[in-house]
Amino acid sequence: MRTVLKQLKQYKRDTFLCIGLTALEVVMEILLPFITALIIDEGLEASNLPAVYRYGIVMVVMAFLSLIFGAAAGKFAASAASGLSANLREAIYANIQTFSFSNIDKFSVPGLVTRMTTDVTNIQNAFMMVIRVAVRSPLTLLFSFLMCMWISPPLSGMFLIAVVFLVAAIGIIMTVTIRIFSQVFHKYDELNASVQENVSAIRVVKAFVREDFENKKFSKAVDSLYRLTVKAEGLLAFNNPAMMIAVYFCIISVSWFGAQFIVGGSLTTGDLTSLFSYIMSLLMSLMMLSMVVVMITMSMASIRRIGEVLRETPDLKDPDNPVFQVADGSIDFNHVSFSYKHGSDKSALSDIDLHIHSGETIGVIGGTGSGKSSLVNLICRLYDANEGSVCVGGLDVRQYDMEALRNQVSVVLQKNTLFSGTILENLRWGNPDATDEECIAACKAACADEFIDRMPDGYNTHIERGGANVSGGQKQRLCIARALLKKPKVLILDDSTSAVDTATDAKIRSAFARIIPGTTKIIIAQRISSVQDADRILVLDNGRVNAFDTHDNLLAHNPIYQEIYESQVKGGGDFDQPA
Amino acid sequence: MNTSSKRPAPLPVLGRVLRYLFRYYKFPFAVVVLCILINAVATVVGASFPQTLVDDYIVPMLASGSQDFGGLAQRLVQLACVMGLGVVAAFSYNRIMVNVSQGTMRHLRKDLFNRMESLPIKYFDTHAHGDIMSVYTNDVDTLRQMLSQSIPQIINSVITMAATLVTMLLLNPSLTVISILTVVVMLLVTKAISGMSAKYYLKQQQDLGAVNGFIEEMLDGQKVVKVFCHEQTAMDDFRKVNESLRDSADKANRYSNLLMPVNANIGWLSYALIAIVGAILGINGLAGVTLGTVITFVGLNKSFTNPITQVSQQVNFLVNAAAGAQRVFALMDETPETDEGYVELVDAKEGADGQLTEAAERTNLWAWKHPHHDGTLTYTRLEGGVVFDDVDFGYDDDKLVLHNISLWAKPGQKIAFVGATGAGKTTITNLINRFYDIADGKIRYDGININKIKKPDLRRSLGIVLQDTHLFTGTVMENIRYGNLDACDEECIAAAKLANADGFIRRLPDGYQTKLTGDGANLSQGQRQLLAIARAAVADPPVLILDEATSSIDTRTEKLVQDGMDALMTGRTTFVIAHRLSTVRNADCIMVMEQGRIIERGTHDDLIAKKGKYYQLYTGNFEE
Repeated sequence: MRTVLKQLKQYKRDTFLCIGLTALEVVMEILLPFITALIIDEGLEASNLPAVYRYGIVMVVMAFLSLIFGAAAGKFAASAASGLSANLREAIYANIQTFSFSNIDKFSVPGLVTRMTTDVTNIQNAFMMVIRVAVRSPLTLLFSFLMCMWISPPLSGMFLIAVVFLVAAIGIIMTVTIRIFSQVFHKYDELNASVQENVSAIRVVKAFVREDFENKKFSKAVDSLYRLTVKAEGLLAFNNPAMMIAVYFCIISVSWFGAQFIVGGSLTTGDLTSLFSYIMSLLMSLMMLSMVVVMITMSMASIRRIGEVLRETPDLKDPDNPVFQVADGSIDFNHVSFSYKHGSDKSALSDIDLHIHSGETIGVIGGTGSGKSSLVNLICRLYDANEGSVCVGGLDVRQYDMEALRNQVSVVLQKNTLFSGTILENLRWGNPDATDEECIAACKAACADEFIDRMPDGYNTHIERGGANVSGGQKQRLCIARALLKKPKVLILDDSTSAVDTATDAKIRSAFARIIPGTTKIIIAQRISSVQDADRILVLDNGRVNAFDTHDNLLAHNPIYQEIYESQVKGGGDFDQPA
Repeated sequence: MNTSSKRPAPLPVLGRVLRYLFRYYKFPFAVVVLCILINAVATVVGASFPQTLVDDYIVPMLASGSQDFGGLAQRLVQLACVMGLGVVAAFSYNRIMVNVSQGTMRHLRKDLFNRMESLPIKYFDTHAHGDIMSVYTNDVDTLRQMLSQSIPQIINSVITMAATLVTMLLLNPSLTVISILTVVVMLLVTKAISGMSAKYYLKQQQDLGAVNGFIEEMLDGQKVVKVFCHEQTAMDDFRKVNESLRDSADKANRYSNLLMPVNANIGWLSYALIAIVGAILGINGLAGVTLGTVITFVGLNKSFTNPITQVSQQVNFLVNAAAGAQRVFALMDETPETDEGYVELVDAKEGADGQLTEAAERTNLWAWKHPHHDGTLTYTRLEGGVVFDDVDFGYDDDKLVLHNISLWAKPGQKIAFVGATGAGKTTITNLINRFYDIADGKIRYDGININKIKKPDLRRSLGIVLQDTHLFTGTVMENIRYGNLDACDEECIAAAKLANADGFIRRLPDGYQTKLTGDGANLSQGQRQLLAIARAAVADPPVLILDEATSSIDTRTEKLVQDGMDALMTGRTTFVIAHRLSTVRNADCIMVMEQGRIIERGTHDDLIAKKGKYYQLYTGNFEE
């Protein structure tokens, strides 16, 4: 909760103004019944019309003041709450920007989106409610009680009994329900997950004719959510009656003792009406207070989920005296071990020791889970090694400024994305200052130029979200061009030509040799044809280096390589000719 | 987020929500209304008691100097009884309403889900999954708020107002006029203010949608953002959409926050007005106004005007709920997949004469039970022969994507499809299991037109392994058993062994009992595929449709997958969409597709000899 409130920042002033104005509004509201009592006592009972007018006008003035305070408080509440939610969204987004890959892996995209929209909106509404009502209710309660004390100390004792009863009753109800509610939210998440699953896997459901099966499964989940919610809200149903018992107790006891006091002469009729008025405000303020508690309870889950993201600290940090220049494209792995989960005994890489010269072209091949992607991810420090060290240009990657390192070590990710915008805009992610000519040159090298030319608006063609309007092969070629624009010292292709046909794949590789001879190139591929021309080929198996040699030597001696080669024979092994 | 700029007409939609509620909870809802009524009466009685107290007891006692409180005590006991009844009624309706509103939600969710499951594949292919999800989360949620808060609140307010109004009229009609005028003013003010805030609420929803879209896209590509050090630019773009949302949220709430203080203080003004007018009338002894009347009236006036404030707060909820309900019902009103088939798949046994008859038990021999117009029944053995006879198909009525497809797959044959992305390979597999219906031509399964076969039976006879593997939350065992719910553990394990999945499953922390979550996120792509094959294997269908995964898995794992698939294909008619040479080489017939047509067909050797398109694809020599 504190993490969330910290985001108030420049809206603190509005928050306090809102609270202050609400307090003034409450004071007015409390004084109003008091004036009413004066009207009754000094005006009505004394049959004194001028007094009625006088107090009537005072009342009107006070009502107007109260209106102004209330409206202003509302305005500040709105600006504080919407400001808080904007700050929260920004803080979450800013924190996500600092996340390392391992942080990103921890959260799902829909999960983050829900946090930044639904959860933040929940907090916005709750916060607005809280600063207006949570201030108003206790103040009303307090002032009402003070007024009662002032009017009649013995009768205020009745108030006290009622309030204590209520606080105890509501307190018990709330503590129990809050616990159940957190289970409810959990169930609710599960339910949504199951819908999500069915939406995305509908073909499987239908192919296996499992509609009824899924319906029953969902039904069960809905029923258990229902039972739990009814249990929680069923308890909340005691709130209202408890409140009424307290208020009715007050009415009856005040009537009884009040009548006796009036007859005994220690109380006036006007005082009695004021007391009844205060009972009503008491009822209202407690009712509001319980609503606030429900509201806070409901938003607790949201607060918790947002806190998770805000408290997540990036596990990669820039060094104190960072190096900004990468000397050359040489890469050294010195007995590196790595696992995605700290402390897990299943390591993705174990004891990798290899040395790559600047300008070399290296092929990497190996089975799923053999650690190919993990290996290259360490080079541009997307993750940190657990043991050993990774050096680029002769220097440990942890000594570089991360941005500088990543600008000079360019990686084309396996799961790559284009963003909505023109092709040129997408390319300039690689280098914001690149001229049109440089962009076109990069596209030519990546064999992307040929299809871009055929597009209606050429380089200004609008790419839809996620690159939905280009084929897989086209997307991969654009991503390669984008990476080339960085003019990197090390270029890493993580299975980046899988959807490109073999002929184009070969053309791209020969363009690399021609255009960026000095750049170290690391090519991860499934196809032997993509790596066989490399200077050396690294065969990874189960997170370990199995062999590191030329194509010919590997083919002669390495069983894994032979097996892969055999399965692909010579020529193309892939029928997907990208459109 | 799905925000239509068109505002729905709230009343008809909300009326439908209420009808929905009445369908299941007519009686409990009637009890709720009755209890609210009792409670309202008790509240009014309680609120008007001060008048009785002052007029009937205090004033006479003051006048007479009597100290006899017996009458008052008796009266208070009566009052306590009425109040007790009110408390019981309040509890009853609150408690019953929980069941009513949550129960309605339960039925709504189930109906929504059942309807969704019955929709044709086309619906899912043409609607963004995020939008479908949003119906379950955002839209159903607004209905929950409406059912559990707005409806009881409004009923309560209306009844309280009515009861109060009656009491006020009985007490003093002339002072009542002031109260009624106050309420009219409040309604007008509320209407004006909520009109303004509604405008900005709409804007807020749109801005929220924009923020949603922005972060969804950027976070999807967050790793790319990192690799290109694009954090700062992303942050700046985000600030822009965020600021616009803050602004519209601020304005929307500013107006709606006005409602409470404005209405509350109009209430106070009328309080003052009634006190003054009451005093004038009382002092002059006009219109039968007594001191007690004025005292009670100011109280009643408050209970009369308070509900307006409360109801006005519900207006925004109702507008939201109407928009949500509109989308919920839009999904519920989608036309489900139709099934006009009448041929069923039944267990069969073979008589001594070779005739098939229906069997009551599992026989592992299946037959198509085909009723004819003349009332006779024939049984055809399920063998898995599939014939396409001049089939045309288009996803839209006006644009065909498949033309004149004809092919003959004898039981046990392997037919492979190759060709460029978009050539129509995957589309063909959508037709055999009738995910989509063909525009022209005929598809026959064991000689029966597939349109005559009941869809569930047709699909049960087809195994399918899709390119994108989808797994379900549950154990590995449960996921394999998805193929055949009656399979015992041994059968599932046997299927896993056949699919080459047994090895990696045993290495998982809990073996076959390992829990999978989030679509099998803890497994690799290849492992997920192996599970999908095992799932198809346990279903043991005579016909298989395999959509090979492209390049997301490596050659070694692919070897495992390949061997698994080969084992699965043995003895079954198989349609395989191939990306790899090794898959097609031993196919009985390879169909080379281009732009929705089969342009070449034959065995691997035939096609190589032909030196046509297949030869080009195979050798990787493309003519630019």
